[in-house]
Order: sequence, then structure tokens, then C-alpha cells
Amino acid sequence: MCLGIPGEIVEILNDRPDLAMVAVSGVRRAINIGLLEDETVAPGDWILIHVGFALSKIDETEAKAALDFLESIGQAYDDEIAALRESMIEQG
Amino acid sequence: MRFVDEYRDADTARALAARITALCEPGRAYKFMEVCGGHTHTIYKHGIEDYLPEAVTLVHGPGCPVCVIPMGRVDDAIHIAAQPDVIMTSFGDMMRVPGGKGSFLDAKARGADIRMVYSPLDALKIAKQNPSKRVVFMAIGFETTAPSTAMTVLRAKADGVDNFSVFCNHVTIIPAIKAILDSPDLRLDAFIGPGHVSTVIGCRPYRFIARDYGKPIVVAGFEPLDVLQSVHQILTQLAQRRCEVENQYARVVPWDGNPKALAAINEVMELRPHFEWRGLGFISQSALRVSAKYARYDAERIFQIPGGRVADPTSCQCGEVLKGVLKPWECKVFGTACTPETPIGTCMVSSEGACAAYYNFGRFSRERVKEATRQ
Repeated sequence: MCLGIPGEIVEILNDRPDLAMVAVSGVRRAINIGLLEDETVAPGDWILIHVGFALSKIDETEAKAALDFLESIGQAYDDEIAALRESMIEQG
Repeated sequence: MRFVDEYRDADTARALAARITALCEPGRAYKFMEVCGGHTHTIYKHGIEDYLPEAVTLVHGPGCPVCVIPMGRVDDAIHIAAQPDVIMTSFGDMMRVPGGKGSFLDAKARGADIRMVYSPLDALKIAKQNPSKRVVFMAIGFETTAPSTAMTVLRAKADGVDNFSVFCNHVTIIPAIKAILDSPDLRLDAFIGPGHVSTVIGCRPYRFIARDYGKPIVVAGFEPLDVLQSVHQILTQLAQRRCEVENQYARVVPWDGNPKALAAINEVMELRPHFEWRGLGFISQSALRVSAKYARYDAERIFQIPGGRVADPTSCQCGEVLKGVLKPWECKVFGTACTPETPIGTCMVSSEGACAAYYNFGRFSRERVKEATRQ
């Protein structure tokens, strides 16, 4: 749970401004962007995700580097992605 | 060497390592603590220590939120889980953490409804789907994670969910660093500061380390080159007789942190007078609880909490490992009685725990140490 995972915003949900659809290692999930309120985010932006919340906006180079790193650590990252896959954060 | 094989910028790393060696004063030994378990993971996985001169020792700190939870709190959570109509939820990392009466997994096997979630928002969703149940989220983590718990409580309030509560075990990093600085067991020269925690709290809270204790701290990223770069920055400060807070991870960590996340914590939580840390004992104002304003979401007010203290097993030396006094392999039960499959101590449970990281990635170096000792 301690990992920060980069994800790419694919869709802003108009009816739920605190949520965005985000692609993370091939998984598409709703992520809470409420902690970023003062920064504008749009599809194509990268964010650092921690337990379902975007903690900060990052640039694409950092996102790719972070993904390389996470893929290199193996099991801990696999577990995190498996948990994310099961996540039920959604609209409503 | 694994590091060279796996990391494409091995030449950069080697050049950096040479500059690090050049900065070391002859005859001086340096001891730096990496506070965060994520850094411990990087150091063992990539064999960073093999790149550093012998004069530089990296010591592992208390920055693994799973590892610092005392056994008594696990027992308290299992007690809550055993109450009628309760669904206990927590991160996967918590499931195998042993309490005095077993782990969440053991309690689940005995019939308790304990579910693994990815996010506190998933726990809230479970509460919405099960209105006749009382859903409790076992919240753990440093300031990285506390805002997510706080935001979830705010969401529960906004959505009118009244069968959701938090068993709050959030801890704060600064008092732990201070406790280590005040501990007579260990003399440190500098700190590699935590990355993701600093995304939330920023770099200012570390200034006392330089100001009051005269030691450098460099907030660092998680890639192997980040860690080497931060060691280089620390040695440069020491060589120039400076001690400052520096931010090697500025591409992610803003100097002032995330004000919105801090505001969420302050809205929903308050500091406890004291909290017990595994290995470090009671530290005043080192943990968060749900504040009175949000009492209806506070599991500690809703349920009777036994609150017993449980001593760590005598064979377990997690305390010394968490304080950086012992290296994982110096623990009596490391890799024999205590393994990731059957952990005795918390440091072997979490993948960020020093023992688990060392067990998974450190075998090669350890064998070398053994050989060197034999010769």
C-alpha cells in the first residue's frame, strides 16, 4: 500500500468532479483527484496515485521512469495492481 | 552484479559512485539513515551498498507503516472484527501482520469478516452496499496515506453513510525521526529523507534536523540513481561543513508539500498525546486519531477497545532493526524461524520492511558477507 503508482488520466467525469478515469498498467479505474483541486488536470496528464487518490501531478518522463522502477520491484507492484484491479471506487 | 545488469545507466551510477568515494574524508566512517521503506527496497533490490565505499553505511529507519504497528493494536482490530455485524477492512499488507493472538488472516479463518481493500474508498463502498453491517477501515500509514483516510471520512459524511468508521493508526514521521535522533543507541551523520511522505508534508518540517541537530537531510526519489545522488549531496554538504534540508526529488516533491492534503488531515484528525511504536516505544504526539467533530466515524468511540499492550516475542528483534541498530541478517531468527511465509516480526511481513526486502533481494550480498567473515 505504500507505493505511489503513475497513471494517465483518460477521462474527467463531469458529474463527479472529484473523480477521474485513469489508466494504470492497463487497468482502467476511477481515481479520486480531490487532493489536486487547485491544479487543473486533463486527459493525457500523468498523476502519482496512492491508495486510490492522486497525490500529485507528474510529467510523462517521471511517470515512465517510475513505471520502470515499479516493474523492476516485482511482487509488491504485482500485488498493488491486483488490488487496484479489484477496487470498487466508482461513481455514486 | 545485478545492479549493472538491470539498470541501464550503470555508467552514470559508476561515475557517481567514484565522486562519492572522492568526497569521503580518509579515516572517517559515515552512517546515513534512509527513513523510508521504499528506499530500503531500492537499496537491497539494486545492490546500492555494493556501489558505495566501505566508509559509508546505510542504516534502515522506521518508515514502514506496517512494521511500526504494535501487536496490541492488531489485537484491538481483531477484537473489533469479532463484534456482531462488523466487516473489518484493510490493506493487503496488514493481513499477515501478527498480533498477540494471530493475524487478520488467522481471525478470518476463525470466521471474522475481514476484507482486503485497495483504497479506503473501497471500504466506504462496502459500507454503502451493506447498510445492515458496521464497516470498519483499519487505517495505517504515514502522512502519505492519512489524507486518503480523511477524504474518505469527509465523503462518508457528504454521502450520509453512518455505518462506516475508521480504526485510526496513522502515524507521523517527524516525531519518529526525532526519537531516533534522541536515542543513545545510534550515531547518525545524516538522513535520506522519505519521498512520498514529503509529497504531502513538504520539506520544511525537516528543518529542525539541520538546525537543532546539525545533520543534513536530503529528500530523495526511489530510483537507484536518486539514492546515489542523495548520498552524493549529503557527502557534499558534510565536506563543505554545511547541514541543510535539500530536495533531490523536486520533480515530484514540492517544497511546501500538498496543502490540500494537509488541510484534509487537519479537518478530520488530531494528534494523540502519545502512541506506541513497535521498537521505538511510546512517542508523544506521534500519531493521529479521528477528532471529536467526526466522532461518529471513529471506531475507537463506537467500539470498546481492549487497548492491551503485547510485548514482542523475545526471539524477535524488529525493534532494533527499526531503529537501525541491527541489520536484518543480524537478527537471531532472520531467514530461519522468521521468513516472509511465516513472519514472526512485522519487518518480515511488508515488502517495504527491511527484513523482507533483504530476504528477497539480499541473499547474494549476504553470502558474500559470510564468505568474507570466513576468510
